[in-house]
Order: sequence, then C-alpha cells, then structure tokens
Amino acid sequence: MTQRDRDTPLPVPTAESRPYWNGLRAHRLVLQRCAACKRPRHYPRPMCAACFSLDHEWFAASEQGLVHSWTVCHHAFHRGFRSETPYVLLTVDLTDGVRMVAPLVEADASRLSIGLPVVLDYQDVNEEITMPRFRIHERDE
Amino acid sequence: MNTLRDTAAVTGVGETRYTRGTEKSALRLTLEASLAAIRDAGLTPPDIDGIVAYASGAVVAEDLLTNFGCEDFRFSATTPMGGASAVAALQCASMAVSTGVATHVLIPLGRDGYSGARINRRVGQMRQFRVVSEFEAPVGANAPAQYYAPMARRHMELYGTTSEQFAEVALTMRRHAALNDNALMRTPITVADHHASRMIADPFRLLDCCLESDGGAAVVVSGAERATDMAQPPILLSGMGVGHPDSPSAITQRPDMTRLGLAKAAPRVFEMAGVTPDDIDVAEIYDCFTYTVICQLEDLGFCAKGEGGAFVEGGRIGLGGALPTNTHGGLLSQAHVAGLNHVVELVRQLRGETGARQVDGAEVGLVTGYGDLGDGSIAIMRRQ
Ligand SMILES: [Zn+2]
Repeated sequence: MTQRDRDTPLPVPTAESRPYWNGLRAHRLVLQRCAACKRPRHYPRPMCAACFSLDHEWFAASEQGLVHSWTVCHHAFHRGFRSETPYVLLTVDLTDGVRMVAPLVEADASRLSIGLPVVLDYQDVNEEITMPRFRIHERDE
Repeated sequence: MNTLRDTAAVTGVGETRYTRGTEKSALRLTLEASLAAIRDAGLTPPDIDGIVAYASGAVVAEDLLTNFGCEDFRFSATTPMGGASAVAALQCASMAVSTGVATHVLIPLGRDGYSGARINRRVGQMRQFRVVSEFEAPVGANAPAQYYAPMARRHMELYGTTSEQFAEVALTMRRHAALNDNALMRTPITVADHHASRMIADPFRLLDCCLESDGGAAVVVSGAERATDMAQPPILLSGMGVGHPDSPSAITQRPDMTRLGLAKAAPRVFEMAGVTPDDIDVAEIYDCFTYTVICQLEDLGFCAKGEGGAFVEGGRIGLGGALPTNTHGGLLSQAHVAGLNHVVELVRQLRGETGARQVDGAEVGLVTGYGDLGDGSIAIMRRQ
C-alpha cells in the first residue's frame, strides 16, 4: 500500500528525534544513548535518567527483538486505519534494551506469545517517512 | 507528624442527569452540577472561594467566577492527570482549606463527551500525549483502548487472567447501574452478551470499554471544623495521594506495564488514613476498562499482583460481597464524568443516602482515579 491510499497520521520529527526517523528512512534502526554512561533510551529525550547527562549520541541498534505484548485492533480510531483492520500492534523488547511498538506484517495473532522472536522491517510511507513494522523471525533465518 | 488526615471534608455533592446526546454546553452542564453541589452544602455560589478545574476539560475557573458573581476568590488550581484528576483534586482542595488559603473549594466537571469531540480526537490535543502522538499514533495506536490493551494482554499471558473475569467486572457494574435511576446502561447483561460484543482492541470487547456520555458532577470541599455546622453530615478526607508510573509518558517503555502509578500512592494513602484494605466497606474504582479495575485492586493491595482476576469472581465486588465496587454503575454503566461521579457516589454511600444500592453500615470507603497512561490517585473517606 502506498501513502496515496493511506490517510494515517504521520510523525513530525523534531530536532530531538530526527536521527531516529532518518535512520528508519535509510532502513536502519538508529537509537539514542547517553554519551556519558552509554545507557540506551527510547523515545528520544534530552536527559539521561540514570546519570542526568545532557549529552547523547546515536548508535546502530540490533533489529532483533522479543514480543513483550500485543493487541489486535479491530476498531479503527483513526479513519486512516479503517482499511487496515484487523491489524496487530506489537510491543517488542529490542535486543539493545528498549522497547518499540509497531505493527506485525501479518494480521494473524494466533502464533504470538511473550518472548516470540521478531525482526524489524521497514515500510516506506512517502519520500520523507518510513515506518517500522515487525515480522516473526522464522527459525531458518 | 503534620498530615492532611481528617483536616478537610466533602460537604456538598451534585450531579446533572446523564445523557447520550445534549444541546447543553460543557459549561452549562458544569454550572448545573456545581449549583447542585453548592446548594447541597447549604451554600450559595459566592461562598465558593476556590476552584480546582478539570485540566483536560473545556471549562476554566474564570468561566464559573463570572457566572457565580464571586467577589473574593482566593484559590485556583488544576491537577493535570487525565482521569486521575478528579480524585487528585480532593488532595489539592484539602491542602487549600486545611491551611486557610480558601474556605470552600469547588471541584466541578462537566463534559459533552458523547455530543462533542470523542476520545480519539480529544487525546490528540493533550500535551501529555505528545510522545505517543509522534511515535505510536502513526503506527495505529490512536485511543486509550489501544494503549491499554497490551497491558491487559500481558497480564493475561503472565497471570492467566481471563475474558470471563473481565466480564465479571462488566456484569457487576451493570447490575449496580440497574439500581441507579441516573445511570445510562441499566439493561442486564450476561457473560454471553459480553463475549458476543464486538472486539475493539483485543482483548477489549465493546462491553469492556467505558461509556462516552454528556453530563456534569461537582463536589465542595471545606475545612473539617467548618464542616461540622454545615447542611450535610461531613464526610472526612482521611487519606489522599497520587502516583505516577515509571515511564509516565509511554506505556511501551514502562519496566512493568502491569503496575500503575496507584501502586506507589496506595501504601502512603492507607498509612495517612490509618486503615488497611480490610477496613474498606465500599470502593469506587476508576473503570475506563474492565481490566483497569482488576489491575487497580492489585495495586491497592486488596490482593497480590496477578490475583485480581480471581478476586473479582464469585460476587466479591458486587453489593453483598466483601468489597462492593462501583455501586453507581461506574464509567462502564452509569456515565463518564472522568470519575468525579465516583467521588459523588462514595460520599452518598458514606452518608447512607443511596437507597436500593446502599452498602449496609458503610463507614469507610475508597475512591480511585486513573488516567494519562497510568497516573493514579486515591482518596479514603470516612463518616464522622
Ligand atoms: Zn547516563
């Protein structure tokens, strides 16, 4: 599906978050971490809650993760998602220690369980924005 | 130690009729409810010298002052915690009247949640949803049902909580609403009805979700000493507190998404009130979703984490059970006034004026608020 068919809300990257969105655009997962104590954090923000450093850096993070929880959306609360229901939204524990919420490529939730391995995938929405999504990590991958 | 315990009382309560469909503005509904609460307290509008207005609503304190003709208004505040705001406002009002900053503080709340902007439009306008708006709305999480469903799913997976247990909450609220002539949903429902209601955001079915409604509620808080010679028997505010969960702006990043801000506030509030969960005769628990009741009962300490599903079985939270809960029908079946209707109901229960749904001998009760992705608020009240 192209954005021409979609009318979903789009993110408005800020100075704080732009490297994350630029990373997705390049089909890479780029996350923020504290420049002082190296603790990763998501969503992007100005201060490290562990050491209070205001300095941060960006790093190429692993695209692997494990299912933490999920929901299957049968009712669209935004008109742009009406044509997509039912869709599965996963909350995923990324290998680097933060979480991410994104749709599962397939609509079937029957295989889901806590701890199921998934891998990040990318969906180009328009020329500026790429959205994250997950697919189940098959054993032979 | 200097605490707020029993230094303030709820001296007046009021509500409009609740509807689904209204020509009245949120301000008009707020004024109607406020007037009812002020008269219930034996006061007139100019006696109000403080207001804690609803931070997520359309009405500000100045709107009321203009209509009330208040000449010597002294205290204005908001408690921006979404659905936890109304109960947090009791703490705020108590601080004002117990220190002499104000004499009678009004907590008003009116909304046209059915006839005006619905929840999916309202959350997009709230600053506290800024992070969710950037990172989660674009992937398809656009309303509370979708934010909270993963919390419920994880609880089910970890603890074996079931949709039957969610249904038990919905059925109980509906039975209570049947005894309340100012409740919107009074037709009895069965577990089969619950399971047949359409899926909204799995595991939440339509009958797991609260109502959207139009209407208003209001309460008056006065100093405990002053309250002894007012129109109603004073209902003392014995313990109050608020709590924010870890990662308050994003459930996704919360270390334990089955633990709410309420869990941090509960021990403080019980200690302030000098009671334990065993002492609570009646509870009004913020019920935006059935699961939210189960989770809060755990976080309050009525049972251990993971045992909330079993706790609500067997009629325990119904009238006649060990912990009658949401005796007015709650947000699920009475109306959605952001939980100020829960405060009104608890006060009426402790006064003993709720008729067919009265909990016999109710002396000590508890009310909670829940909102903004997991903020919590609690008040424990007692009849003097
Ligand atoms: Zn750090």
